[in-house]
Amino acid sequence: MVQLVKEPGTEKAARVENEPFFTRFLRSTEIDARLLGMLGALALIWIGFHLYGQLVNGFGAFLTPRNLWNLSVQTASIGVMATGMVLVIVTRHIDLSVGSIMGFCAMSMAIIQVWILPEILGLGHPMIWIITVVCGLLIGACIGAIHGYLVAYMSIPAFIVTLGGLLFWRGAAFLLARGETISPVDDTFSKLGGGPYGSIGAIGSWIIGGIACAVVLFLIWQGRGKRKRFNFPLRPVWAEFFLAIVGCGAILGVVLLVNSYPWPKGIVRQYAAANNIETPIGEIFISHGFAIPVIILMAVGVGMTFLATRTKFGRYVFAIGGNPEAAELAGIATRWVTVRIFMLMGTLCGLSAVISSARLNSATNNLGTLDELYVIAAAVIGGTSFSGGIGTIYGAILGALVMQSLQTGMVLIGFDAAIQQIVVGSVLVFAVWVDTVYRRRAK
Amino acid sequence: MNENNQQTPLVELRDISLAFGGIKAVDEASVSLYPGEVVAILGHNGAGKSTLIKVLSGAYSRDSGDIMIRGDKAVINNPRDAKSYGIETIYQTLAVADNVDAAANLYLGREILTRWGTLDDVAMESEARKVMGRLNPNFERFKEPVSKLSGGQRQSVAIARAILFNAQILIMDEPTAALGPQETEQVGELIQALKRDGIGIFLISHDIHDVFDLADRVMVMKNGKTVGTARTGDVSKDEVLGMIIMGKCPSGAEPGPGAVA
Repeated sequence: MVQLVKEPGTEKAARVENEPFFTRFLRSTEIDARLLGMLGALALIWIGFHLYGQLVNGFGAFLTPRNLWNLSVQTASIGVMATGMVLVIVTRHIDLSVGSIMGFCAMSMAIIQVWILPEILGLGHPMIWIITVVCGLLIGACIGAIHGYLVAYMSIPAFIVTLGGLLFWRGAAFLLARGETISPVDDTFSKLGGGPYGSIGAIGSWIIGGIACAVVLFLIWQGRGKRKRFNFPLRPVWAEFFLAIVGCGAILGVVLLVNSYPWPKGIVRQYAAANNIETPIGEIFISHGFAIPVIILMAVGVGMTFLATRTKFGRYVFAIGGNPEAAELAGIATRWVTVRIFMLMGTLCGLSAVISSARLNSATNNLGTLDELYVIAAAVIGGTSFSGGIGTIYGAILGALVMQSLQTGMVLIGFDAAIQQIVVGSVLVFAVWVDTVYRRRAK
Repeated sequence: MNENNQQTPLVELRDISLAFGGIKAVDEASVSLYPGEVVAILGHNGAGKSTLIKVLSGAYSRDSGDIMIRGDKAVINNPRDAKSYGIETIYQTLAVADNVDAAANLYLGREILTRWGTLDDVAMESEARKVMGRLNPNFERFKEPVSKLSGGQRQSVAIARAILFNAQILIMDEPTAALGPQETEQVGELIQALKRDGIGIFLISHDIHDVFDLADRVMVMKNGKTVGTARTGDVSKDEVLGMIIMGKCPSGAEPGPGAVA
């Protein structure tokens, strides 16, 4: 991995001079080789599906703004939960119940906003969506707390607790509404699921892109300053510039992409009629921009990365994963940390429930079925290790993107469901095998 | 150590008992430790020495007996309590979190925070470099997870972790078991340095040769009971070996309840 040599001895200096360009590049920029590998795999999947579509079906549908925009929205729900699953798996636990918790939260929120709140506040009251979301997150947190308590203080293996939870909460979701589908949800709430009205448009997207670029530059500048202050080895200046340019370039590229997907004609016609716009429909170009669920995912990603790497809680999570006994002996309240991890997981399930039910504009009893497997797969493909102590948030989000890309790609080129399952299953096993080999070599 | 009798002991374990199920792992064992003194606790595997010391470090709760720190009764129910009395332990298994780097291990459970309440990694690494520089000047691998370090390097991380927080009482469980000759010598020098700072040290070992030359006194356990205690100047290695194997107390030693008559 990346090793910084402060005062290279002769032997080390010789090695540094002779190393191949790529190794030196990785060492100077301090980019994780695994991250590059995942981006490469993603590029391969995207280009592969696009070419296959072009050659076999005569139309490459994958690398179009429309598909990529949809892909981003579809990734959001799994991605949000996968960030929490990283922490669960890092501490050598597992959560099989995330799909069911999500279903239960979605059903509860639907009941709150469709059956209960309109009676009290009146239909379409602006507070409805806020109260609903808060309730959904709280319900998720409470369920997670119960699971965490059983795992940490009752010493029941997480596999069993959450396997029980998988059945329990699915059944409970059915009982809540006797299996009915509740629809439609509150108007404002439904915007949290994306769609033309649930997107922030071109200007908003540029603003977010601009802020993100500023943050990237600030972090690079601040990191350099800190290293200087403590006399740590610095990255070469060219590497700092390279990181800044690639980082900002990627951000602005994504903004350009989401802005080049226009509203569909039907929606534009509706909008034009409602706002008395005279311009012919064909000439109006209204960008989607980032969908709200994608912004939620980005916020969760940033927040969770901060939590995992910059706070005591995150440090404890990884220390417990690396050596539970050492963590306990170091005076960490490991059980309480475990409860908090499961609470966090539950809260994120609640957030995913918001995204999914808002996107479908309804809550059905089977919402989130099998999601636990996709979430676990996303975390594991993203480099989270079942032996504990290793995993990254960005990896899990990329993993979710890989899983969703496969799924979407196969739908686009017309594979049927059976083949899709076979491919997804094989890819999961293959990805973990590659990762195992990589880890062994990386020593 | 001649004035020991007038001084208050740093630590005194009085009649500590602890049973696991029906088995009495520690049976009314007592031992004391004075400032700047090294006491070796010896015994076969399963004699109860590690268990006794884990009572002091808070990893186990005793069934009965008292722990006195500087003459006052101490309440130690978990590792955090023990640390608040300045008791630091270096475990046989080198209890370090393998997947994080040296600095993170040194500060595990007592992280330095920035004024925003976030981890101050740079400050922690900077302090870690200072401590490790004193302990093991060749140590350079600050950015790597501890799992990639050698046994001796891991040992120095574990020791640095203990002295970083001004430990008054240091417990070392088989401190040299995992080390080569040169590293063992380093640990020996380190113990001498810690003694000069007035730190009391418990060394636990089943191998008398590891610790006899380092210790001021030995305390021997057998079947959970104290066989006896002796100054290393008053007894020979063979006599101590006799205590360990047969429970026979020589004339130079002060016999305990576990001694064979």
